[in-house]
Amino acid sequence: MNSQINTPLYASRRRRNVITMGLAFAATAFGLAWLVLILAVLLWEGFSGLSLAVFTEMTPPPGSAGGLLNPIMGSLVMTIIAVLLGTPLGILAGTYMAEYGRYDKLTMVVRFINDILLSAPSIVVGLFVYEIMVAQMGHFSGWAGAVSLAVIVVPVVVRTTEDMLTLLPDTLREAAASIGLPRSLMIQKVAYRAARAGMVTGVLLAVARISGETAPLLFTSLNNQFWSLNLNAPVASLPVVIFQFALSPYKDWQRLAWTGALIITLAVLTLSIVARVLAAQRKSS
Amino acid sequence: MSVAAALIVPSVTHAAGIAEDLREKISIRDLDFYYGDNRALKSISVSLYQGKVTAFIGPSGCGKSTLLRVLNRMYDLYPNQRATGNVRLDNEDILSPSQDLNLLRAKIGMVFQKPTPFPMTIFENIAFGIRLYERLPKSELEDRVRFALERAALWDEVKNKLGANGLSLSGGQQQRLCIARTVAVQPEVILFDEPCSALDPISTAKIEELIDELKDHYTIAIVTHNMQQAARVSDFTAFMYLGELVEFGETTRIFTTPSDRRTQDYITGRFG
Repeated sequence: MNSQINTPLYASRRRRNVITMGLAFAATAFGLAWLVLILAVLLWEGFSGLSLAVFTEMTPPPGSAGGLLNPIMGSLVMTIIAVLLGTPLGILAGTYMAEYGRYDKLTMVVRFINDILLSAPSIVVGLFVYEIMVAQMGHFSGWAGAVSLAVIVVPVVVRTTEDMLTLLPDTLREAAASIGLPRSLMIQKVAYRAARAGMVTGVLLAVARISGETAPLLFTSLNNQFWSLNLNAPVASLPVVIFQFALSPYKDWQRLAWTGALIITLAVLTLSIVARVLAAQRKSS
Repeated sequence: MSVAAALIVPSVTHAAGIAEDLREKISIRDLDFYYGDNRALKSISVSLYQGKVTAFIGPSGCGKSTLLRVLNRMYDLYPNQRATGNVRLDNEDILSPSQDLNLLRAKIGMVFQKPTPFPMTIFENIAFGIRLYERLPKSELEDRVRFALERAALWDEVKNKLGANGLSLSGGQQQRLCIARTVAVQPEVILFDEPCSALDPISTAKIEELIDELKDHYTIAIVTHNMQQAARVSDFTAFMYLGELVEFGETTRIFTTPSDRRTQDYITGRFG
């Protein structure tokens, strides 16, 4: 060691380093411990109730056997409709912001509002859709549920689309322009292709986000104890059923709530993994 | 590029070429260019001659890339950039607001500093540009793709993997793919914006060789930071400094007997 190094100074810096590292580790462990605990309880309680009946039978009245088929289907249908409604809108808006209006004032305004929407409490979205759809139609409906989920999808997709397109190097756009490619074709054939993985990731993240949303559905699709795919009537959904069953005093309902929670968690986990794999592919390509 | 490769005096054929009739392909007169209020080009007047290579040299920020980007109106992609003056391709006014930019850019191709293949197969990278302007039967399209790749000296290396992604090629190959893509659209002029500055010496040599072959068919302008490169590949050289065109002339003369003090200082490495 260099004799000119001030040993006490070095030692104290070393000490401080060890203490800071220790604190950082402790904080991480504390946070992780709860997460692991939650997941462990969920897996334990959820798996013990998992059976074929969960996927083939309707939600039961208290005290009898049943499954979660109607809320699973309801969630699936409303999620798919929400994505079908929200994705094109979000991609088009994000494309406008990144490609056409990058330097416009309008883009700055839209981005600001989009950021607010992105972090808006979902219960506000539920109330909004209640006001414009449920109150007007006079009854709760699957359509209203799908629309409220779509309202949550749009800002997520707008944001990721804009970000992914903005990340593309300008030289790619210039190269496309340099062979006389009109901007619309450049976007469709070059930019979307280059940003595809990131944009798909955005949609998947949006799906993950809405698949656990309860608040907006409470005000819109409500719940339905019976098999119904009529979107003009109340439709069951996993989060709302979990909410209702978990708060009930009945043991078998509580069991089903755990199982439902497990199904959602696994679905979201799968989506996140797929999204990550896609994102990794984008980086390596 | 090794320091040992000192100034190479352009070959005799270049010098002999000057004796022929020169035809002005692009004429630039009193060109000013503004980034917002910042005047980046100051009344530039210069000519690009048909079938010749014109090199633009000068220190960073002198406006040589800006000048190149005026010729295909690339600056139009960005706000607050404007050009005034008289710039003509043959007799067509390039700066006219009614100029169809896509057709203009089909006639004046551009190769960039960083290779920019499109995220598609090698074949599609070339065929894509062709399909924009022509509807060809499959066999003819394949011939044209092959022609473009041959002209860019890339065919032998990729003929067995035309279906591979363009991004899977090496940097030098990607750059030649971009040249092939440009050639495929059948331009009259090709602009090279520092085409070798991201490449290794061997790839650089290949591109330089290629430029020498391409000038039989196209009018070429090249921006370069590398004076040896300018001396090797060009017939004419324009030296720019702080947005002004200091000196323009035959490459041989510019590199042996420059008439301006600043040109002399730059090419001898005293600044820049």
